[in-house]
Amino acid sequence: MEEQVLALPIIGPIWEMIDGAYYQRADFLLEGLKITLLVGISALPLAILCGLLGSWAKLSHSAVARVIGGTYTTIVRGVPELLLIILVYYGITQGLQDILMHFTGEDIRVNLNPFVTGTLTLGLIYGAFMTETLRGAFQSLDKGQVEAARAIGMSRKKAFFRVVLPQVWRYALPGIGNNWMVLIKATALMSVVQLDELMRMTDVASRAVKKPFLFFMTAAFIFLVITIVSIQVQRKAEAWANRGVRTA
Amino acid sequence: MEEQEPFWGQRALEAWPEYLDGTLLTLELTAISVFIGLVIAMPVAFMRLSKNPFIWMPTYGYMFFFRGTPLIVQIFLVYYGSGQFVSELRAWGLWTYFREPYFCALLTLILNTTAYTAEILRGAIQAVPYGEIEAAKAVGMSRWKQITRIILPKAWRIGLPAYSNEVVFLFQSTSLVSIITLMDLTGVARKLVSQTYRTYENLILAAVIYLAISYFIFFVFKIVERRLTGHLRQRPDAEAPAPKPQRA
Repeated sequence: MEEQVLALPIIGPIWEMIDGAYYQRADFLLEGLKITLLVGISALPLAILCGLLGSWAKLSHSAVARVIGGTYTTIVRGVPELLLIILVYYGITQGLQDILMHFTGEDIRVNLNPFVTGTLTLGLIYGAFMTETLRGAFQSLDKGQVEAARAIGMSRKKAFFRVVLPQVWRYALPGIGNNWMVLIKATALMSVVQLDELMRMTDVASRAVKKPFLFFMTAAFIFLVITIVSIQVQRKAEAWANRGVRTA
Repeated sequence: MEEQEPFWGQRALEAWPEYLDGTLLTLELTAISVFIGLVIAMPVAFMRLSKNPFIWMPTYGYMFFFRGTPLIVQIFLVYYGSGQFVSELRAWGLWTYFREPYFCALLTLILNTTAYTAEILRGAIQAVPYGEIEAAKAVGMSRWKQITRIILPKAWRIGLPAYSNEVVFLFQSTSLVSIITLMDLTGVARKLVSQTYRTYENLILAAVIYLAISYFIFFVFKIVERRLTGHLRQRPDAEAPAPKPQRA
């Protein structure tokens, strides 16, 4: 099989080049992919949590909560992700340093784990997008459902977890799926703050082998595979959330 | 004598000429790529809807690639990736362009926004009511006339809300060009952070400028939308009782 491939005049040399380059550095990409997926998967529940809090604030009766929720989404949607990532990342680091300085009077350099800070940052940013998605979902829920649950004597908490939340997924899943795909692409920006995710490892690998196009193209295709897999998972999740719903 | 401590944010504000230059570069990149992307997206959207597989399949591949991979990967692919083909690009006389970060950034932004705009347009073209196209056919319009007089104006009206989001996202995405050394708004802020060690002030000033321009773009699109859909709005006086006769 391999001989046949190499015998082809055009594909042969290209294959040899790819094979040689990957042979040396493919493990870099795999390591980066692992971090990318880990950051994305840990940031997603955090973003959904922020989104739940945000939509609760925006739909709240309290004007203060509404202003806080509104400010959160307005700022995050109006400022580029890259700038937000730098701002949150250095904001957290320097904030901690300033607090330590204030209490101990010493200049202590804080070096945060890029993974943890990166996850927090992405969770906070995508929480704002989740807020809008979930707010829409909560609003499309039939009000009578909650009233009925309260009427048969469910507590507010029970009504929320047994009646509201299971139904909200149905309306929210398409939006959550979209946000997830933007989030996983945004992990590529975390390379700017020293997180060893796919982009950074690709950069390192391509510099070592001097084949930047080959390696960045590979990274691009890895992202495409993540997108394709995500679409499939989303389809399954939507089928699950819509089970028991009558369709024409 | 001790030097007077400048008030919070003063250092960042003092650098306003640099911020102005950065903002202008950001706006310039946005304007050029929005304009060119808009022009190319229209034929691309029709190519995507073509029934000929030799036309729609490559178009679909192009759109899937640019929508499914992070913009930063695309920028690196063009800027660093072109380094793998220096001799070929030199032979074609293109290397002078690909050596410039400005050209690479612009090329990537245009390719990226074209893919997203074409996708919005594709959806909008498909949403044009078939009866309107049928009517155009019935009165004997040529295909070209149908497209320019019926389909595209209607599709733009349908796609405008989604397109306004795309323009704002593109405006924010231009911040990525700072990674390939261009001194846009983010680039200026990052440079000043490393020069003055004042993290918050510079980053927050840049964020405020982005925020203001983002919402200005939304505002402009709101006006355009109002003007384009004027005939669809209910006239405020349509149902109102006739005004009382005025006394002479």
